[in-house]
Amino acid sequence: MASIKMRAKVSDGVTTIKALVSHPMDTGLLKDKKTGKTIPAHFIQEVVCQHKGTTVMTANWGAAISKKPYLSFKFKGAAAGDTVSLSWVDNKGEKDSADATIK
Amino acid sequence: MTSMKRRIFLKGSLATGAVGMAVSTGLLTPRMSLAAWSKAAFEAKDVNSAVSALYGAGSMTDSDKIKIKAPDIAENGAVVPVSVTTSLDSASSISIIADKNATPLTAEFTLGPTTEGYVSTRIKMGKTANVIAVVKAGDKLYSAKKEVKVTIGGCGG
Repeated sequence: MASIKMRAKVSDGVTTIKALVSHPMDTGLLKDKKTGKTIPAHFIQEVVCQHKGTTVMTANWGAAISKKPYLSFKFKGAAAGDTVSLSWVDNKGEKDSADATIK
Repeated sequence: MTSMKRRIFLKGSLATGAVGMAVSTGLLTPRMSLAAWSKAAFEAKDVNSAVSALYGAGSMTDSDKIKIKAPDIAENGAVVPVSVTTSLDSASSISIIADKNATPLTAEFTLGPTTEGYVSTRIKMGKTANVIAVVKAGDKLYSAKKEVKVTIGGCGG
């Protein structure tokens, strides 16, 4: 499942990660307009980004993150050609991960 | 003897079956029990209880070293881009809170030692509210806020 689009770019020793995840991020408050039933909550709870075995970012999310969530952050100490990996887990236990090479 | 063994085997498989059920229904989400995802904080109904559930007791100090980049007016509350930048030393955690949402805490970012004090994401906002950024640096809490006017809410009906 390729649910993650990720770019990693290094400039002056600082690596910028930009990631876009394809996920509905349902809050559990919205109703389905056709059936009138509440759409159950379904959202990403945790996103972890690792570089060379070190966790550089752990994002804990609530349901109030927009659907198709976007995340960007910066960290030091990586070089072009290194691999960064990003993984997420949602409240139903579904998960995915992806790797990107730093440019 | 064989029947005894079979009983034990059945018991064992039933037990693992129950655990499997618990996992699939979300009672025991894999990995979650180890992670820092704070149910109490994300389900808190007001800002103070969310912050204290997340970081423990502690008062927040307003800081001008935290910059929130968010639109003055968000036409669509379902997608409000928010960036938080801090120049505070040794910032270890950044939280984004929308104070009028039913559950104000939207996200908490735990930063590694080499991670810069910067995060950017998109949040949902129910109505016009202050976006509060809370930064944990050392063992102190700092905060800053910015009002975002929301034309169409993004948290339901």
